[in-house]
Amino acid sequence: MTQPNYPAMQGPVCPLPLQPGGQIVIGHGSGGGMTRDLIVNVFQKYLGNAILNAGNDSALLSGELTPPPGFQLVVSTDAHVVFPLFFPGGDIGRLSVCGTVNDVAMLGAQPKYLTASFILEEGLSIPELEAVLASMREACTEADVRIIAADTKVTEKGKADKLFITTAGFGYAPAGRRITGDQAQPGDAVLISGALGNHGIAVLQARGNLGFQSDVRSDAAPLNHLTQGLCAAFPDLHVMRDPTRGGLATTLVEIAGQSGVTIQLNEPDIPIDQPVRAACDLLGLDPLYLANEGKVIVILPEAQAESALNYLRTQKYGSGARRIGSVVSRSSGQLLLRTAFGTTRILDMLAGEMLPRIC
Amino acid sequence: MSLAATEGFRSAGLTRQLAGEIRRLVTRPWNIMEICGGQTHAILQYGLDQLLPPEITLIHGPGCPVCVTSLDAIENALQIARQPEVVFTSFGDMLRVPGAHANLFSARAEGADVRVVYSPLDAVKLAQENPQKQVVFFAIGFETTVPSIAASILHAERNRINNFSILPANVLVPPAMHAILKSPDNRVNAFLAAGHVCAVMGYWEYEPIAAQYRTPIAVTGFEPVDLMRGILMCVRQLESARFEVENAYSRAVTRAGNRAAQDMISQVFEPVDRQWRGIGVIPLSGLGLRPDYSDFNALKRFRLVQQAVSESPLCIAGQVLRGNARPPDCPAFRKECTPASPLGAPMVSSEGACAAYYRYQRVSA
Repeated sequence: MTQPNYPAMQGPVCPLPLQPGGQIVIGHGSGGGMTRDLIVNVFQKYLGNAILNAGNDSALLSGELTPPPGFQLVVSTDAHVVFPLFFPGGDIGRLSVCGTVNDVAMLGAQPKYLTASFILEEGLSIPELEAVLASMREACTEADVRIIAADTKVTEKGKADKLFITTAGFGYAPAGRRITGDQAQPGDAVLISGALGNHGIAVLQARGNLGFQSDVRSDAAPLNHLTQGLCAAFPDLHVMRDPTRGGLATTLVEIAGQSGVTIQLNEPDIPIDQPVRAACDLLGLDPLYLANEGKVIVILPEAQAESALNYLRTQKYGSGARRIGSVVSRSSGQLLLRTAFGTTRILDMLAGEMLPRIC
Repeated sequence: MSLAATEGFRSAGLTRQLAGEIRRLVTRPWNIMEICGGQTHAILQYGLDQLLPPEITLIHGPGCPVCVTSLDAIENALQIARQPEVVFTSFGDMLRVPGAHANLFSARAEGADVRVVYSPLDAVKLAQENPQKQVVFFAIGFETTVPSIAASILHAERNRINNFSILPANVLVPPAMHAILKSPDNRVNAFLAAGHVCAVMGYWEYEPIAAQYRTPIAVTGFEPVDLMRGILMCVRQLESARFEVENAYSRAVTRAGNRAAQDMISQVFEPVDRQWRGIGVIPLSGLGLRPDYSDFNALKRFRLVQQAVSESPLCIAGQVLRGNARPPDCPAFRKECTPASPLGAPMVSSEGACAAYYRYQRVSA
């Protein structure tokens, strides 16, 4: 779709046309010509497709969201705020696609479409915005999803932290199949697709005030291809969940509560990369509570654990997969950690914000 | 220190071997206090207490910097932080510690400019970058944090950074040990001294304490092998009626300590009486700025209105900090008081005993 590329007057607000390398001004949120310029020249350049580019108030769909026979619709929405916008291994754009794609994928669904709304703070540089959109495009391509509706608003300087992105995701899951947090059974094995805590440390470090450097990179990644393959190969899969905020421990406490079971982890088997462990030691953080953006917890019957691990290890985002524990009994919901010393303790949810220690 | 070295000090085999030696040696009950909250957390995190024979009781000491920072100091911090020209900086743990009605997080939510720094030198840098602001650093912690605070004041003085000041609240370990040992209800038979504090101060100042109170002291680190070794040293002394200072953390601590750091501390600070939260005033247990550096005292720089403040009547933090009660003994533990809404400081800090018990629960509990 083409639009005349004219400089537009915006009444009382900043009547400048969109300049390459410029910044977001209030006029970009006016709904007038500057908004249209921004949408056409920036947003559509990266995220455009026939449905989005139609330029109507909403997307008119001819069956795209109708699940095929034998499938049901799965919907999720997620708001994304992160400081800084860019960090080693990812950025807010990649997070905003992967986060929602993964939430849909965790129920065993294949994500198909996303919507995205953008809150831009006055002063945001347009090259930065373009870098975020390019990253979203790349993640969409990798996950094989399309953005079918989008919106943008601009706030005054100081009313937002550069850029907030909210995405919603739509996908299809096989009807009648339940891969949900309440399905863990005694006798199940607990697997993790790879090392934990990298995203949390990468973002902390990108804030630049830790006083040390490492090469830890965020694990932000779309997991839908991995989870789809897993679902197809293991029809008895009980639970998949991505341990994002709150980390492995908080996520497993939730699952233990939902399923009414006791889960026991074996600490020496939990994969944590050495630089992440070292950073946690220095800062007094616990890697079991650090955020991940590209890992999945898989809970399935013991008999299938070995072959599921072998499958995960063939996948791009599952090469570091490990078995980390078992569902041991019915209970009111408890997570236990067996340490390397043969001692056992209870893991609880993260309370409040994790704060570095003093001395 | 290399990572491999640290890994070695987490060896399960060596830790169990040391625990076995303690079991063989012990003939009667002993109470051993680990001074430092970091040690309390490591003990509960690794479940080391589960490896010890029933004769050994570990008592958790007052060595949690935010836990013992007085309510008055927190109220002063809040008053300073709320002033419009102030950037108030602190170590992260302090932000969630409850004052009488608010904490620094809630002051920040109400618009105060409160920032977490990892070092007081970062606060000096902030002062340099924001000459129109008053940057105040909340000087809390034991001897471990003091050298960097002294260095930041000397740096600010040298570079004429006049918009930097500190709210002095540092505390010292030896006076607290005297206070515990003198107390009529004292149960402590031996101490694990805090390794990080001794890395700065050495351990010569503990020798008169061990002799005067006939109480063994082992300078102890924070890894499982360090802690077991420290406990073993204490048990060995107790069982043979020796009362000395021994060093179980020789890879970081010498008898003399870090002289350069000690000189810097005594150049800037002098011992003053200090109020410990939940414990009371301990004579000469804090560090105040010497007269030459009193311009860096935020208490002088800002007009503060002293208000009467009082603790939650439910909280028994004082008993916990003196080693006379365990966190689960508190009626509010896990009920009114949780890390999400703490009544007392030991439930907040990553070094607080209540938070350690909350986080690292025993399976039988």
